[in-house]
Amino acid sequence: MKLTLKIWRQKNSQDKGKMVEYKLNDVSADMSFLEMLDVLNEELTLKGEDPVAFDHDCREGICGMCSLYINGKPHGPKQTTTCQLHMRSFNDGDTIYIEPWRAKAFPVVKDLAVDRGAFDRIIQAGGYISVNTGVTVDANEIPIAKEIADKAFDAATCIGCGACVAACKNASAMLFVSAKVSQFTLLPQGKAERKRRVEAMVEQMDEEGFGACTNTGACAAECPKEISLENIARLNREYLFAKLTSNNV
Amino acid sequence: MSTQTIQKKTWYVNLLTSTLGRKFIMAGTGLFLVLFLAVHLIGNLQLLIPDEGKTFNEYAHFMGHNKFIQAISVGNFFFILLHIAYSFALTRYNISARPQQYAYAKTNNSSWTSRNMMILGTLVLIFIVVHLQAFWAKSKFGGLEPISYNGVEHHNLYLATKIAFAEWWIVLLYVVSMIALAFHLSHGVASAFQTLGLNHVKYTPLIKVFGYAFAIIVPFLFALIPVWMFIAQNM
Repeated sequence: MKLTLKIWRQKNSQDKGKMVEYKLNDVSADMSFLEMLDVLNEELTLKGEDPVAFDHDCREGICGMCSLYINGKPHGPKQTTTCQLHMRSFNDGDTIYIEPWRAKAFPVVKDLAVDRGAFDRIIQAGGYISVNTGVTVDANEIPIAKEIADKAFDAATCIGCGACVAACKNASAMLFVSAKVSQFTLLPQGKAERKRRVEAMVEQMDEEGFGACTNTGACAAECPKEISLENIARLNREYLFAKLTSNNV
Repeated sequence: MSTQTIQKKTWYVNLLTSTLGRKFIMAGTGLFLVLFLAVHLIGNLQLLIPDEGKTFNEYAHFMGHNKFIQAISVGNFFFILLHIAYSFALTRYNISARPQQYAYAKTNNSSWTSRNMMILGTLVLIFIVVHLQAFWAKSKFGGLEPISYNGVEHHNLYLATKIAFAEWWIVLLYVVSMIALAFHLSHGVASAFQTLGLNHVKYTPLIKVFGYAFAIIVPFLFALIPVWMFIAQNM
């Protein structure tokens, strides 16, 4: 396959950055998208040019490290992570636009790599349960209905890649925050800190400068883990309930 | 840990200035305005009763003199202003959340309506200003012909509508505005429930059907009134 790539190049967070065109002449359809970029970087390095910086880690679709806004969509044309996207999803002669996630809360570090530390700070604000040390508790000691466990598990499959923020016209982090709130609030272990958690996580979400939700549904349509909008309704409900009934004045 | 202070402002200020709190206000005022539309429509449909406007004028007289209705109407204006003010503030905030746009973005992951509520809402706002100036301001501050029923003097609001809806361009303005309202409601009604967290596997599908039905039927009947009155006078 012959490809024309238009890639966002930006030296550092202060640099203005611009789209730069590259040509690749021998791309295999069996390559993953990231392998195609590896080939490009190999060529750039041999020519003595600066390779394109992009985030990646497990390349198995489970870590949430890869990003990339490909041809107008987060993680490209398939509803999967970029590392699980293969070049057979493109045609010979295609022009492919590759851009970083765009959000005030996700500043560009270099080229296609953005700082998603805002997500970490939201998790630090309340995305956990407090467990006092002691003997190991039997996993099945607390009865949890199968459908509740399934819902919590579905929410917990969120890998925090940030595609929801990238897809949303408001760069809203609601789908991410709602998944993280839901996975705890649904389970007995998470109920103890239920109100404090949702108040703190939403507070941090706003502090980071993510936009508000306008229920367009673009986030769920693009989410590689198919996190449902039902979680956003739950977050809204939990937040209102917590604000009206917690002792946090 | 539960005693840890996590907010810098008093709880209700914090609630009302958070992104979620501001969305609650958009949703709450929006749903109130949905109720208002239903009541307003029932009133307006009386224009189509063929009695030279007697029923409609008497209804308008009641609405203009009943203290309870007047109190609700003050609340209604307040909610409209709140809905507008918060929509402008939120839209500005949402735009600022993405300072740098994508060079190439596809939008087939969401409906045009859901992405352009602000444009549709602005069209409805322009309509509201024109509409208030044409009828509400006249019945409030004078400019309507008097008509007497059983010795009680009424404003002939029916006559004013009849004169207005003899003009094709006014009728067209009303029809176009109602189409904008229809699209605004087609996203807004169900979206308000989602924002307020009212989501349930049994009721959400019904709410969605209700939202679409309301968005089609109510603006259609609103638009039918000027069209009907135009045809009755000009054909």
